[in-house]
Amino acid sequence: MKTLQWTLAAVLLCCHAVASADTLLIRNAQLHTMTAAGTLASADILVRNGRIAEIGSDLRAPEDSTELDAAGRPVTPALFAGITALGLNEIDMVWPSVDSAVTQIGSPPMRPEFNVVSAYNPHSSPIPVTRIEGFGFSLLGAMAGGSIIGGQGRTVLLDGGYDSFQGDPVLFIALGESASTLAGGSRAAQWMVLEQAVAESESTPRHGEHTLLTREGRAALKGYTRSGTVVFSVHRASDILQVLAFAERHGFRAVIEGGAEAWMVAAQLADAEVPVLLDPLQNLPDSFDMLGARLDNAALLHAAGVRISFSGAGTHHARKQRQLAGVAAANGLARDAALAALTRNPAEIFGLPGGRLERGVPADLVIWSGDPLELVESADHVILGGRLQPMRSRQTELRDRYLPVDATLPRAYIR
Amino acid sequence: MLKQACAALVLLGASGALQAANAFPSTYTPVASQPTLLRNATVLTGDGQRLEQADLLMAGGRIEWVGQGDVPPGTQEIDATGRWVTPGLIDVHSHLGVYPSPSVDAHQDGNEMSDPVTANIWAEHSVWPQDPGFGKALAGGVTSLQILPGSANLFGGRGVTLKNVYSTSYQGMKFPGAPYGLKMACGENPKRVYGQRNKLPSTRMGNVAHYRAEWIAARDYLDRWARYDAQVEAGDEEATAPLRDLKLETLAGVLQGEIIIHMHCYRADEMMTILSLAEEFDYRIGTFHHAVEAYKIADELAEKQVCGALWADWWGFKMEAYDGIQENIALVDRPPGGCAVVHSDSAEGIQRLNQEAAKAMGKGRRAGMAIEPEHAISWITANAARSLGIESMTGSLTPGKMADVVVWNGNPFSVYSKADLVFVDGALLFDRDDPARQPVSDFELGQLQGVKQ
Repeated sequence: MKTLQWTLAAVLLCCHAVASADTLLIRNAQLHTMTAAGTLASADILVRNGRIAEIGSDLRAPEDSTELDAAGRPVTPALFAGITALGLNEIDMVWPSVDSAVTQIGSPPMRPEFNVVSAYNPHSSPIPVTRIEGFGFSLLGAMAGGSIIGGQGRTVLLDGGYDSFQGDPVLFIALGESASTLAGGSRAAQWMVLEQAVAESESTPRHGEHTLLTREGRAALKGYTRSGTVVFSVHRASDILQVLAFAERHGFRAVIEGGAEAWMVAAQLADAEVPVLLDPLQNLPDSFDMLGARLDNAALLHAAGVRISFSGAGTHHARKQRQLAGVAAANGLARDAALAALTRNPAEIFGLPGGRLERGVPADLVIWSGDPLELVESADHVILGGRLQPMRSRQTELRDRYLPVDATLPRAYIR
Repeated sequence: MLKQACAALVLLGASGALQAANAFPSTYTPVASQPTLLRNATVLTGDGQRLEQADLLMAGGRIEWVGQGDVPPGTQEIDATGRWVTPGLIDVHSHLGVYPSPSVDAHQDGNEMSDPVTANIWAEHSVWPQDPGFGKALAGGVTSLQILPGSANLFGGRGVTLKNVYSTSYQGMKFPGAPYGLKMACGENPKRVYGQRNKLPSTRMGNVAHYRAEWIAARDYLDRWARYDAQVEAGDEEATAPLRDLKLETLAGVLQGEIIIHMHCYRADEMMTILSLAEEFDYRIGTFHHAVEAYKIADELAEKQVCGALWADWWGFKMEAYDGIQENIALVDRPPGGCAVVHSDSAEGIQRLNQEAAKAMGKGRRAGMAIEPEHAISWITANAARSLGIESMTGSLTPGKMADVVVWNGNPFSVYSKADLVFVDGALLFDRDDPARQPVSDFELGQLQGVKQ
């Protein structure tokens, strides 16, 4: 009954909000600020012009503002959906609907200039499916297709805008067992070709010289040497150490994605200030690169001072990121740290304006039915850029079509 | 008349058409155990009951009683105050052993992709009992699981139900008395795999034509054996037994009601076609697996007593999975007689069936369905046992059933909860606080020498 009331309330508020979206007052929130202020037991949040204008108690609602009573429920920053192909992939196995990798494009073989951002479609159905579960942003990944350099991506705010990109451009490089066929069958060759590519980016090749990069590729790669953000997909501890040395040699800001064995080199990662985006559900030796996979990887890395976030749930199941965080929390990671790994940490890693709730930051936040890491709970309201998002997706519409026990007309008429 | 027909069927089973019933027998023997009393727990029985501050006695590998009763001398007592007790979890759809970790090419033993009809293959002959996944699933509370072949083929072959206890042979894990399953598949997979070889089936209509041809052959096979048996019974010494055919023997087992159909099928319309097919050839569908559109035909499934073995939230990975919704499990569960089962199809998911059920419970509640933990637990215990045909032996904490029991450190539907203790046939085979009661597969043993764990 309570749920039903809230659903109705959500519908009413949503429609009202469309009329006056500029100012929104959320009352009585258990506010997870993800800042030094910690968690406030009962706070009001005033949202104006897309930003958090004020946080306090008993804030006065300006005229024409929409008011929402959180009734003590948790409010967090909108969550990070991980590295995905949201907006780049409608259905995995329907290849023409997938734009997240460049494969056979001829010679030269490496295309760091490939950038998935230009393929982004904000109307793709997995986006609302993900958004209504409390997710506000995702890093669009360029998957390894024809070479170990996948290409470039960027973080996108999942507000349905055509151009809602945020933060730093990111280059993707895949390493290890799964990528070795893309580099001559040896991980030593991966480093060989990467060094060659970096060298090419630093100088113009002689006429007729066999090259890995186009002129545009050289320019693109050069943009990342000297402090560009590069995500390395890699699991094995010894390979991670190679990444640290490579990044140091060429000035990349490395981020490890995967990192099943990252706990084994946690001290080195902490020293190098290299963050890890891991999948805390990985505890099986899925490959010989992952013999050290264990459930407390997140807890061990965090304890060693490594900044962590989560990725690995994929595109259609990006909403599973909450479960990744919950399982990490069940295996030794403090709940606040698990929540930070879904909010503040990825924002800091990828140079995003949000990820925390304080005055002046973009109002990207979620009101939850209960503990946001508990799987029986759900997002009640999602607010991005200060606007209440419709809590609808293709899936809720299918649900509502088949929920009525009886239908007089064929269900094709229910919508 | 009916009695005679039944007698004839039994005779057939013994003498001819179903000879394989006795091949590769289970050699599973429960690990020795002492009587164990769990005290003062919140107990979810698996079949709908929730008991507070309840005790449970296991003895001789069986559930003796739940609630209160006599405690024999020499009983080990475990204080379960604040903890929850459930039946051992059951996964009706696993590929552990046939697609084991590590997933190297040499381990791809789950899909015999050489013919659309491989009813002659048995998944058990691919099971690698050293798969590290078995131990991880045990830590997640899974005590029984069905290993199925993949879904490339219309008739994929026989599945096998195992007790989740490591052994050097799969036969040492084989669930005694569990019926065989037959894996079948609808839709995209068979038509894609064979269509790209320019071979039947390359379409959904090709799929159905092929099923029908095989069922006709299976019926003919049964008739041939019946004629032979009649000849023998009449004293005809010249009678020649038909040649055994392993494919048709499996299909005949389905027609005889001995083997349960587990059918991979996503789309509602295809499931309806399959239900009609089963009527045409007079066999029963046990469970539709994956069935992301089962919610569209929940009433029909309940009426035909067909289970839906489902994911909580998977969708979108292929065209026929596009209409998946998170209320699927709750909606299949909703009609009277509905049989919703949470399955994994995943070495990760099998470790967290309780969390998958929690997701489905949460979304069902939000859609207005009142679903309590004592009911939702049936999706991963009693209903799963029913799907596998082992409900008389396990799947609920009913006196006399196998003492397959999990002690959780809290509400199993909380993401923070974990299995503390897992009993299989009364033996403590996983203890989260005791490394001596945590299995390590041969593969994992001795890896990462020199790394401080």
